[in-house]
Amino acid sequence: MTGNVVVRFTLNNKEVEAVVPDNLLLADMIREHFGLTGTKIGCGMGECGACTILFDGKPVNSCLILACQANGHEITTIEGISSDGNLSALQKAFVDEGAVQCGFCTPGLVISATALLMDNPVPNEEEIRTAISGNLCRCTGYQSVVAAIQKVAEINRKKRF
Amino acid sequence: MDELCVVGKSIPRPDAWDKVMGKTRYVDDITLPGMAYAAIYYSSLPHAEIKELNIAKALRVPGVLAILRASDIPGKNFIPMIKEDWTFFAKEKVVYPGEPIALIVAESKDAIMDAWEKISVVYEELPAIFDPEESLKPGAPQINPIGNLLSLHKIRTGDLELGFMESDVIIEGVYETDYQEHAYLETQGALAVPGAEGGMTVYGSMQCPFYVLKGVCMILGLPQHKVRIVQTPTGGAFGGKEDMPSLFAGLAALAAWSIKRPVKLTLDRRADIIMTSKRHPSRSYYRLGAKKDGTLMACEARVYLDPGAYATLTPSVLWRCCIHSCGPYRIPHVKVDAYAGATNKVPCGAYRGFGSPQVIFAMERQMDKLAREIAMDPLKLRAMNALRQGDSTVTGQTLPWSVGLEECIQKAAEASRWEEKRSRYPAEDGYKRRGIGCSFLHYGVGLGAAGSRIDVAEAYVQIKPDGGAVFAVGTTDMGQGMQGVLTQIVAEGLGGIAPQQIQMLPVDTMQVGDSGPTVASRATYTSGNAILDACEKIMDEMKKGAALLLKCEPSQVRAGGGKFFQESAPEIFYTFAQVAAECSARHFGLTHTGYFKSPDTSWDSETGQGKAYVAYSFGVQIAEAEVDMQTGEARVLDIWAAHDLGKVVNPKMAQGQIEGGVVQGVGYSLMEFIALDGKGRIQNPSFSNYIIPTSLDAPLVHSEIVESVYPEGPFGVKGFGETPLMGVAACVANAVSDAIGRDVDKIPMLPERLLEKMKG
Repeated sequence: MTGNVVVRFTLNNKEVEAVVPDNLLLADMIREHFGLTGTKIGCGMGECGACTILFDGKPVNSCLILACQANGHEITTIEGISSDGNLSALQKAFVDEGAVQCGFCTPGLVISATALLMDNPVPNEEEIRTAISGNLCRCTGYQSVVAAIQKVAEINRKKRF
Repeated sequence: MDELCVVGKSIPRPDAWDKVMGKTRYVDDITLPGMAYAAIYYSSLPHAEIKELNIAKALRVPGVLAILRASDIPGKNFIPMIKEDWTFFAKEKVVYPGEPIALIVAESKDAIMDAWEKISVVYEELPAIFDPEESLKPGAPQINPIGNLLSLHKIRTGDLELGFMESDVIIEGVYETDYQEHAYLETQGALAVPGAEGGMTVYGSMQCPFYVLKGVCMILGLPQHKVRIVQTPTGGAFGGKEDMPSLFAGLAALAAWSIKRPVKLTLDRRADIIMTSKRHPSRSYYRLGAKKDGTLMACEARVYLDPGAYATLTPSVLWRCCIHSCGPYRIPHVKVDAYAGATNKVPCGAYRGFGSPQVIFAMERQMDKLAREIAMDPLKLRAMNALRQGDSTVTGQTLPWSVGLEECIQKAAEASRWEEKRSRYPAEDGYKRRGIGCSFLHYGVGLGAAGSRIDVAEAYVQIKPDGGAVFAVGTTDMGQGMQGVLTQIVAEGLGGIAPQQIQMLPVDTMQVGDSGPTVASRATYTSGNAILDACEKIMDEMKKGAALLLKCEPSQVRAGGGKFFQESAPEIFYTFAQVAAECSARHFGLTHTGYFKSPDTSWDSETGQGKAYVAYSFGVQIAEAEVDMQTGEARVLDIWAAHDLGKVVNPKMAQGQIEGGVVQGVGYSLMEFIALDGKGRIQNPSFSNYIIPTSLDAPLVHSEIVESVYPEGPFGVKGFGETPLMGVAACVANAVSDAIGRDVDKIPMLPERLLEKMKG
């Protein structure tokens, strides 16, 4: 049988606490206990990347992590990427480049690409394709997604010089 | 028509903002007070009588609310589709692994899992059949109440024997294609909510709300005015959410009716792959005759599609398969027979291309072999036989307009540097070898003669007093971008107002009349026309209002750029919002419904001739592939895809359809493979071993757009959501065959298969 545990962590820059079953997955806690349904479940087995979140700034599949493992850590979901309805430069690029079709994989892709750009502000195409290779998309063929990320990389490159 | 303000522009789609912020709520994101969960208990055997179904132990699991069976259905255990064979629950016997037997309804998903383990079924196994050709042989076990031959279609034209006699060369071949799983990222799901006065509302992920409406009415025995179907934002479909949602919505509704609470039924990935439709596997036998100069003379084809156990959409899929079986070519003598023989496997259904990719693969491989035989360039061979305006198709349909194939050929050949590569690659040697291949395709837009009764659409448009507009249609956006494209058509239809002033309502069967299914690349064409009809009625009223303000006759009023003015004095104008306010104050009705019925088509199933479709979209695709001669691994490096889709409403979104469709086609060509065990059970129901292309597998896609307008489409639109996928397997197989110097006549081209080929 399972018991309940208390989890305290930072969720989208806010200190939060939840009492959850000890076998609950992080993705389910995010969706069910905090109502943040932007984190999607496409497979539940870490294969599709739709549930990607930032765990201490690193992209991870939240369907492969227990909720209690978030204790003491910093979690950012898609809802934490834009502030007050203002899109990040990357989100704006997704809109403008047509990188969104059905939208189900989009939150995970935005998270993976955000993590890449934090780590490597001016990635080349190969680095981009590698960084998003854990996020399956059945609609776009990835080309517009790559173009959106390249657009932000170009902005970053110009900022640098 | 005046110059277009909004149509033809790459405006970002309106749903993109919510989607990038994670705000879009798909059906599984909705939780209602008192909501329970449901899951389907399905068969593990391909063909067996159900001797006992034991649910008593499962009912005692804490949290279990009900376990429902066929006998619990208040209406009929029958899912309305084309034939009357498909059921919500298996009847006395199961006919495929994955067939629903019972529905578990519980307070939680954990309780469902516990209950599942405690259900037991006693089966008596029956002989099963897994091959559609074997299925039609005398003495084969009969598995479907309507007989094993679920459908057959034919084409007859000219005199086949004469055609082959007059041919200098005859090419024969056998071609096989495998399943393709849709792999939409959002699995199937529905949420049923019992309403007041005995009604039922079902929210869900779907392509065809009016099919779902009929299904829910059938299982509950309710009339249509008591049932409301609302489409939730749909996370991909590709045909997979055409027929299946009737099953899931129907069962969710049964559960909600039974426990009188909201019930959500969503599938996990494993259940989705095991239980839902896929692209039909096929085996095709082709004979193609031609003169030495390349002129096509005769084509004979025998095509078998594997439909699985029930007919579902197979008769329509097989018809489209048959019509497209000889490619976009002039051929005087043709005989085609297409069959669907039932097998004890999951029913196949609609998948982007709808029966055509299988035969395009076969026919286009034939064309490459013919080219080699007569030592002619394969692109030139195709071009010299390609349909042009005024030609007749193999079904005897004359094409009076909108045949953009020649321009597609030119664009694709130039962009890919076809001639140079074609002559260079055969000389190359080494462990990695490159090849280049092409395919031509045509695609009948809309439902055609097979579905002319339901090729209709309705649209509702309402202007608010502040100049905003809301509209509703009966076709759906499943991710392809219909909402954006139709918003642009509304904006244009209302005299070029800003798309930001327009809001599309969720598709709701209580709001709009039956607009047929969202399939066959028909949404923009049919709903677009219905919208223009509604907009025309509104603009007539608004011109009356504008005339009062401009102090002229309504006939003198012009609209453009979101303004109303007289042609003689365009500098004096009233904005759309000002005129809307005036009309509102004067109680002019600015809410209208528009209608569209597709022009007539005809088909004679006896002669195999007729005007099959209202119009055709065309395409030429060229692939460059590289094969590792040691591992057998093939990669597609680049694909040039030139598509004639009529007027393009949004170029960037059209490009997105091409890129996405091509990459799905690359998956179909090289890696997507459903493994079955000896009982027809799917062995790889997950993305770990059913492999779809990732960002590292996708080739570069070079989109070329040709706009050969179709006069009866809105602004000249045809429709093309499916075509980018359709020719990919064919051109990739031709490129791979070119690279390895062996004929590859079977897809997917898995490394082990290519290695075997290269040994032989």
